[in-house]
Amino acid sequence: MSQKPLTIALSKGRILKETLPLLKAAGIELLEDPSASRKLIFDTTRDDVKIIIIRATDVPPYVQHGAADIGVAGKDVLMEHGADGVFEPLDLNIARCKLMVAAVNNAPEVGGRLRVATKFVNVAKAYFAEQGKQAEVIKLYGAMELAPLVGLADRIVDIVDTGNTLRANGLEPTELIAHISTRVIVNRASMKTRHADIQAILDKLGEAVASRKE
Amino acid sequence: MNQEAQWLLPDGVEEVLPGRARVIEQLRRRTLDLYQQWGYELVFPPLIEFLESLLNGAGRDLERETFKITDQLTGRLMGVRADITPQVARMDAHSLRENAPTRLCYCSSALRTRPAVAGGTRLPYQIGVELFGHAGADSDLEVISLLLETLKLSGLDQTIVLDLGHVGLFRGLVEACDLSEAEQYQLEDIYVRKAKVELESFVAERNLPGKAGEALLALPWLAGEPSVLEQARTLLGEFPAALDALTELSELVDVLSQKGIRLHLDLGELRGYHYHTGCVFAAYLPGESEPLAKGGRYDQIGEVFGRARPATGFSADLKMLAAHLVAESNSGILAEGSLRDVKFAASVAALREQGERVVLALPGADNDPQVLGCQRKLVQAENGWVIKDI
Repeated sequence: MSQKPLTIALSKGRILKETLPLLKAAGIELLEDPSASRKLIFDTTRDDVKIIIIRATDVPPYVQHGAADIGVAGKDVLMEHGADGVFEPLDLNIARCKLMVAAVNNAPEVGGRLRVATKFVNVAKAYFAEQGKQAEVIKLYGAMELAPLVGLADRIVDIVDTGNTLRANGLEPTELIAHISTRVIVNRASMKTRHADIQAILDKLGEAVASRKE
Repeated sequence: MNQEAQWLLPDGVEEVLPGRARVIEQLRRRTLDLYQQWGYELVFPPLIEFLESLLNGAGRDLERETFKITDQLTGRLMGVRADITPQVARMDAHSLRENAPTRLCYCSSALRTRPAVAGGTRLPYQIGVELFGHAGADSDLEVISLLLETLKLSGLDQTIVLDLGHVGLFRGLVEACDLSEAEQYQLEDIYVRKAKVELESFVAERNLPGKAGEALLALPWLAGEPSVLEQARTLLGEFPAALDALTELSELVDVLSQKGIRLHLDLGELRGYHYHTGCVFAAYLPGESEPLAKGGRYDQIGEVFGRARPATGFSADLKMLAAHLVAESNSGILAEGSLRDVKFAASVAALREQGERVVLALPGADNDPQVLGCQRKLVQAENGWVIKDI
């Protein structure tokens, strides 16, 4: 049985930009510039490794179904979309940010049901349930900051990097839900059937992450 | 009802068409014959039971996987089995109560609310064996050997990777750590995901005794070649319960590594941690997410039914086992006559007696021999009914 190439799924955008140098340090380089190509599957400097570049939220299902052996995705995506049945063996320590609750400056306490606007519906539900607060979660796809300003919601749950967008709209972060960074995930079956190949890549990526820290 | 709803099947539920069904059925017969030769008795556990008995013992983890309905006769909740192993364990503990080792096998459908892995089936056709009444490497070895024989019938014994672990390693470590139940759950979840960052902070936040922290950090990464067993021995030196588990696992590996199969050790594997007590194993096919077969030791499960006996076994989805077998095309004889004709009927019966597949051509129908799987036909000649090539 001829071995299929190892497939690594990368998230488009900021994570991609910051992951490529780490992969390079691990001896895996794209043969062409993904931003100049319409391709979806890319060859690399290693014949036995292919890279696919997809939406961040698609990375977990590709890895869960085994269409990709390895995936790179933000912890926020893993928390929100679930990553049952995959391993999370490495933190790439890039694209770091925080998942936070935010409200308008000096927002009053809300009695009764809290209205929360977010694209992280599952995370928000779990967080407020854990706090013992009743929350009605409203799913939005963008511009969360608008919701409290127009009275759609009392709070938002969103990714906070510098906090500039929040401040520009008269909002402030109030509670930290989780620290977010970029994780490597691995399909369980791949980890068992192609252990040597995958562990070698993980080890090299781990070294690259450690040397960046220093 | 709209048009689509008349033929749409639920997610994870599939029908099996001719050809494929024939392959699966042939494999079922050969596999059950194999189990009979090994001394495993066939049982038929019920499709549906009261929830209390279904979710007892080995079924504890299956609450969310189990479809539930109310029994109109008693008002009690019933469940459709999501796994057959717990039912067979109850048969041993409650219905059979033998002192000698009890060997049972089964082949029936189960039903799950959620597939075991993303994109998997919700309707596995579960085939498996359970061996009750013996603790130790010999019964583990018997069951694993029988699993390999099972895979041989599917032509897969040389292709698979046999994943081996032992939950006693983790359990032995955790028991030495004096963790609360909530902490144990948290640690277990971290192990199941091999989540390195979380594991590092879990260990850093606690004052764990001796080398426990170091061992907990290392265990999920002791995976791969059998050489990891030696590394583990050094690491687990302070933990006698974990060392015993390691010795058990090493004994098995010594024998299995001579069988010419691909072994993968994973000392941090916690699949089915709540009911498994010893060696756990799974057969993975490269390129597929769901293991072909999985099993392991689950001593003490019968306790809730009044009798704890050591036990080990495995199960597989027969449809997955048969997926790589090619359906041979049917061979047969198209019989162009009518059963009203006594002589014709006798010729047909005689041919079937010889083991031939004989399909009757019905009058006025399009009896396409290719569709009917026939390469020859039975036609009337001067001296009676004769077979000719088509």
